[in-house]
Amino acid sequence: MASKTTNLVADWDPNRAAEIINAHLGLEGPALPILHGLQAAFGCVPSEAIPMVAKALNRSRAEIHGVVTFYHDFRDAPAGKTVVKLCRAEACQAVGGREAATFLLASLGIGWGETTPDGAITVEPIYCLGLCAAAPAALVNGEPHGRLDGMALIEAVAEATQS
Amino acid sequence: MIRLFVPKDVSALAVGADRVVKALTQQAGEGVQIVRTGSRGMTWLEPLIEVETPEGRIAYGPVTPADVPGLLAAGLLSGADHPLRIGRPEDHPFMVRQTRLTFARCGIVDPLSLDDYRAHGGLEGLTKALAMGPEAVVAEVTASGLRGRGGAGFPTGIKWKTVADAAADRKYIVCNADEGDSGTFADRMILEGDPFCLIEGMVIAGLAVGATKGFVYSRSEYPHANVSFTEALILAREAGLIGPDVLGSGRSFELELRVGAGAYVCGEETALLESLEGKRGMVRAKPPLPAHIGLFGKPTVINNLVSLASVPVILAKGAKAYADYGLGRSRGTMPIQIAGNARYTGLFEAAFGITLGEIIDTVAGGTLSGRPVKAVQCGGPLGAYFPPSLFDTPYDYEAFTARDGLIGHGGIVVFDDSVQMGAQARFAMEFCAIESCGKCTPCRIGSTRGVEVIDKIMAGTEAAANMAVLEDLCQTMKYGSLCALGGFTPYPVMSAVRHFPEDFNGSGISAKVPAE
Ligand SMILES: Cc1cc2nc3c(=O)[nH]c(=O)nc-3n(C[C@H](O)[C@H](O)[C@H](O)COP(=O)(O)O)c2cc1C
Ligand code: SF4
Repeated sequence: MASKTTNLVADWDPNRAAEIINAHLGLEGPALPILHGLQAAFGCVPSEAIPMVAKALNRSRAEIHGVVTFYHDFRDAPAGKTVVKLCRAEACQAVGGREAATFLLASLGIGWGETTPDGAITVEPIYCLGLCAAAPAALVNGEPHGRLDGMALIEAVAEATQS
Repeated sequence: MIRLFVPKDVSALAVGADRVVKALTQQAGEGVQIVRTGSRGMTWLEPLIEVETPEGRIAYGPVTPADVPGLLAAGLLSGADHPLRIGRPEDHPFMVRQTRLTFARCGIVDPLSLDDYRAHGGLEGLTKALAMGPEAVVAEVTASGLRGRGGAGFPTGIKWKTVADAAADRKYIVCNADEGDSGTFADRMILEGDPFCLIEGMVIAGLAVGATKGFVYSRSEYPHANVSFTEALILAREAGLIGPDVLGSGRSFELELRVGAGAYVCGEETALLESLEGKRGMVRAKPPLPAHIGLFGKPTVINNLVSLASVPVILAKGAKAYADYGLGRSRGTMPIQIAGNARYTGLFEAAFGITLGEIIDTVAGGTLSGRPVKAVQCGGPLGAYFPPSLFDTPYDYEAFTARDGLIGHGGIVVFDDSVQMGAQARFAMEFCAIESCGKCTPCRIGSTRGVEVIDKIMAGTEAAANMAVLEDLCQTMKYGSLCALGGFTPYPVMSAVRHFPEDFNGSGISAKVPAE
C-alpha cells in the first residue's frame, strides 16, 4: 500500500542499528522498544535489521518478521516527509470526520496509507487519538489538531509541508 | 506574582493552547507566571485559561490568541468580566453535577509537581497502605466494590487477592493504558494531568500483592502523554516514590513505560501481555488467568489505568466512602467521556446510576449540530448503539448488559440524525476485520464477510435473505470467538439493525465509505 519514497530519516547503517539493538537488550521484553527505536532512526524497520534483531534476541527471523508485520505502526519503507495521522473512528465520524478525510485524500489524489508521488505527504488511518471531545482530529507531523473540517485539515497539512 | 493556568493536555493543544500561551507570554507583562496543567475535562471550552484571584480561580474559554489583547484590557489578570468569562470552574453546572474522586486533581495541579500532588491529597493513600499492610489493603479495595474500568467490570479486589495468594519468586503489576476505544480519553487525561496518581495506585497494588515491578502499557497514538508520563516517572524515582526503597519503607517497586504499536487488540489483557513480551499481540486462551500465569509466566495483576488510579482515593477516604456512591453492584464513580456530536464534550465523573438520558440531554446538552440525537454508541467500537427510546437506562454495568449494551471504558459517542446506521454497522465489521488478531475464524473471516453482506443489504441485493445471513453471522461471531473483539462486534451491528431497521431497507444508499 504505502508507496516507496527515498527520503530516509537516516540511511541504513548496520552499526547504528546494532547500537540501537544493544541499548535495549537489558530490558525485559525488548523487542518492541527495539523496533520503535529502529523506526525512529530509519523511518521504518529496514529489512536488513530483522536478522540482526533475531540474532540478538535469540529468536528466528520469521518470528521477528511476524512481530513487525503484526503491528500497524511498523513500516517497511519510510513515509513521506509530512505524515498525517487522521482519525477514522466513530467519535470523529460523528462530526464530519469521513467528509474531512475524503476531502483531504481527494485533494491529494491518494488513498489511505498512501504517499503522494513526490514523497511529500503520507496519510495514515488512525483509530482514535483520544481527542474525541475535540473531533475530528489528526496528528500532522506529531502536532495535534482538533475540531477539523476539510479546509482546516488541508491548511494544517499545508502549514506542515512548508515548515 | 499573578498565576495563570493553561492546560497542556493534548486536547487543549489540538485547539491552540500553545498559541494562547505564546500570546499571553508576550502581552501579559512582568509578574505573571503561567502554570501548565492537565485538563478540567470541559473540553468544549478549551483552551480554557484560569487566573488565580482572592475569590479562587476564574476561568475564561474557549480562548484564541486573538482574544488575548481584549482579555488583558478587560482585566483578565484580576478575574474581571468578559464575554468569555466562565467564573469559577467548580461552580460551572458541568462540574457541580460531578463527583470528582479519581479526577479530583486533574486540571488543577501542575502534573509534574510532586509538591502540588501532596498539597492536594496525593500520597495519603500510599501512606495509609504502608501502615495497613498488604492484606488489609486488598480487603479495603474489595470492600470498596471497585470493578475494572477497562470494560469487563471484574472486581478489582478479587483479582488482587488471587495474585496476592499466588506463590512466586516474581510478580508484576501491569497497567492497561492501551485506551483504544473511540470516544474514550480518561486514561490519557490522567497520564497527562495527574500521573503521580497512577504511579501511587500501582505502587499500592505492588505492595498489596507482593509485586516489585510494574509496566504501564500505553499507545503510540498518545505521544504527548508518553512524553509527560516519562518525565513523571523520572521525578517519582528521584523522590523515592518508586525505586529500591519506596518512601523509606524498605519495599521496592520499579516502574517502566512501554508503548504499543497501533494494534487495538493489544488492549485485550492477554494480547497485551504477549506484546509486552515482544510477541505478536495474539490473544491467549483462558485459563490460565493472568493472575496465575501472566507476564513472563508470572502471577500478574493487569488492570485498567482508571481502576489503578482510583485506588489512592479509595484508601485515602476509606472503602465505605467510595462504596457509598453508586447503584446496585456498580459502586463508586465512573469517568463518563462525552464525545462526538455533543454540545458539551469532555469528561464527566459521576456516581453510577445517572440515566443515559440525563447524560445526553442535560450534561451533554444534546448535539453540537443542534439537530436531534439519533443514536449514541456506548462503550467503544464493541458497544451497542442506543436510540433515544432507551435513554431511561441507568448508567450501571448490569442495566446496560440487560439492554444488550455495555458501559465498557465509559465512552459515549453522540450522533445526530444525519448518521446512516448501515454505514456504522459496516464500520464496526470493517474495524473488526482490520484489528482482528487472526486467531479465530469467525472473527478473522466473519468480519470481512460481514462487510460484504452489509454492502449487499445496503445495495438492496436480496436484502431479506442477506439480513438473515448477517444475523446468522453475528450469532457465529458472538459464540465462536475467543475474545470480545470478535464476540462483541455483533453488538454495534445488531443494535443498529434492531433499532434503526429503516437504515437497512435496501433503498440503495451505499454505506460504502469513499476512498477506501
Ligand atoms: C479487543 C479488546 C480490547 C480491549 N481494550 C482495552 C483497553 O484498551 N483498555 C483496558 O483497560 N481494557 C481493555 N480491554 C479489557 C481487558 O482485556 C481487561 O479486561 C482489562 O484490562 C482488565 O482491567 P480492569 O479489570 O481494571 O478493567 C479490552 C478487551 C478486548 C477484548
Ligand atoms: S475474537 Fe478475534 S481478536 Fe479475539 S482472539 Fe479471536 S481472532 Fe483474535
